[in-house]
Amino acid sequence: MTMLQGFQIALHALRLNPLRSFLTMLGIVIGVASIVTVFAIGSGAQLRLQEQIRSIGANVLMIMPGAVYQGGVRLKDGSKLTMTESDVQAILEQIPEIQAAAGSIAGTAQVIHEGKNWNTTINGTTTGHFMVRDWQLASGRYFSSAEEAAAGKVVILGSTVARELFAPGDDPIGAQIRIMKVPLEVVGVLDRKDPAQDDVAFVPLTTAKLRFLGSASNINRDSVAYIIAKVAADGQMAGARSEIESLLRQRHHVPAGQEDDFKVQDPAAAMEAQQGAIRTVALLLVAIASVSLLVGGISIMNVMIVSVTERTREIGIRRALGGRMRDIRLQFLCEALVLCLLGGAVGVLGGVTLSMTVARMAGWITSIDGEAIALALAFSIATGLIFGFYPAHKASKLSPIEALKTE
Amino acid sequence: MTAPLPLISLRSVGRTYRTDGIAVAAVRNVSFDIDQGEILAVMGPSGSGKSTLMNMIGLLDLPSEGAIYLEGANVADLSEDRRSTLRARSIGFVFQSYNLLARHNAIENVALPLVYCGVGNKERLSRAEQSLEAVGMLHRAHHFPRQLSGGEQQRVAIARALIASPLIILADEPTGALDSRTGAEILALFAALNQTGQTIVMITHDPSIATRCRRTIRLHDGELVSDETQIPLIPKRSVAS
Repeated sequence: MTMLQGFQIALHALRLNPLRSFLTMLGIVIGVASIVTVFAIGSGAQLRLQEQIRSIGANVLMIMPGAVYQGGVRLKDGSKLTMTESDVQAILEQIPEIQAAAGSIAGTAQVIHEGKNWNTTINGTTTGHFMVRDWQLASGRYFSSAEEAAAGKVVILGSTVARELFAPGDDPIGAQIRIMKVPLEVVGVLDRKDPAQDDVAFVPLTTAKLRFLGSASNINRDSVAYIIAKVAADGQMAGARSEIESLLRQRHHVPAGQEDDFKVQDPAAAMEAQQGAIRTVALLLVAIASVSLLVGGISIMNVMIVSVTERTREIGIRRALGGRMRDIRLQFLCEALVLCLLGGAVGVLGGVTLSMTVARMAGWITSIDGEAIALALAFSIATGLIFGFYPAHKASKLSPIEALKTE
Repeated sequence: MTAPLPLISLRSVGRTYRTDGIAVAAVRNVSFDIDQGEILAVMGPSGSGKSTLMNMIGLLDLPSEGAIYLEGANVADLSEDRRSTLRARSIGFVFQSYNLLARHNAIENVALPLVYCGVGNKERLSRAEQSLEAVGMLHRAHHFPRQLSGGEQQRVAIARALIASPLIILADEPTGALDSRTGAEILALFAALNQTGQTIVMITHDPSIATRCRRTIRLHDGELVSDETQIPLIPKRSVAS
């Protein structure tokens, strides 16, 4: 008997008991569907993080204001802007590993173009910001040094803002928009990065200070809210970080033993750590889903044992008509395999549907890769072989004479 | 000049079963030959060892004493797999209770032994049709066993036994579950098959069947008590009146 004939016989037998066959494979269906869904959600989350890491830019350090003491009172992190433009200059000039650096101040405001308006982040910075983040222009140009020096009334839009303010096909370059009553000329539109990053409008740092945020009490002429800096190579991250730390301690006159008034962060590393956590949780969930596959396998074994008992006479007849022990074994193994494969296929379909529903309803990104599907199917084949073997072996060991005597 | 080799030879065949340490001899010291083209009845009351003997001739069981030779080869020397394959190719079983697979139709049942001979789907079905035609059941090819009468089921079972052109047909009480008229038709079918040269062994406790066979072997308590060849009384046509 060939494998193909084994599958034909198995399909014939399973068709005779559709409800039983379906219930038997339900455990596998649920197990495989959960594995596929968990994989899809987990790898979707990882994909999203990777996108964010990419959008920050490679080898980027972020320097934020830290704790400040005022008369012995420890204030909240960032409650005072402790970084200055001269810190940016010093970092650029004194630390050779730093390729580019830029200070930023940011706030939110309404941006208006003709009849349309949109609330977004206004980021005052220098052209160095785009260098640090490897952020290319979709059209137009960056700020000129004259604009940066003289608080030029120019703006570079993130792609979301450009989309919200301008009709498709309408070229934003050269258009006038208004932010807090100040008319600004759009000189550039940035490439798309990801939705969280693209909702922004950049103006020169001087423009932001002079025309928008200058009145804020905790801003002096030289302050910036945070600094981003690009390190030349991956291996230099740790070195550059400690050099920045000692430089800034020195510049900020932080006494030995006292907490820094700034914090240097590696956002990509933080996200990678988060990614590791997601992977761990996903693996845990897959492990839980595998338990359902195990239960499914046991239920298949159980039904197969019952089926072998019920069909003892059939086994006797097949043996008398020339079926070898291995033919009988193959027949029942094929039945278990077909159950598991069908269950696996239905489970894959269910998992894909479920993760797409989750993606739509919860707004999560899910990603279904062939690897997860192949893994789930391989699991179900393995389940079929493992849990189908014992009943099939039992069937093949029946004595044909005894089997023919049973009613 | 040497006599042709008998199809099957039994030499001092015995079969002892052991249950809870007690040995029960179902068959003891039986020797006879079955020649090509014979039709032979094995008779005896229930418990005389007929079925045990048939199981051994049908390669479902091995003798615990003595030896059985199929075309000169000691069947005890064959592997379990080889004996299975021989059952598919060389032996056709007909049972009292027909033993058709209830969930397969007539033609699928008839084609079943060929699955184990490695015959492809198409050829299986065409040979099954021929076989059904030979027993006059082609018009019932797609009926399921429950849709057939006992006599029809037994004809299908005979078609199944014939499909691989076996060396021998072993029929265990083939008319035991049938009324006398239908039983007679089945016996006539066997007789007709034997006319074409088919070797047939029938096991029965019904003397009227035995009288239609040229040769009768009688068993009692597992031992061979007689082996008689008579004038053939098999009618050429069905005795239905």
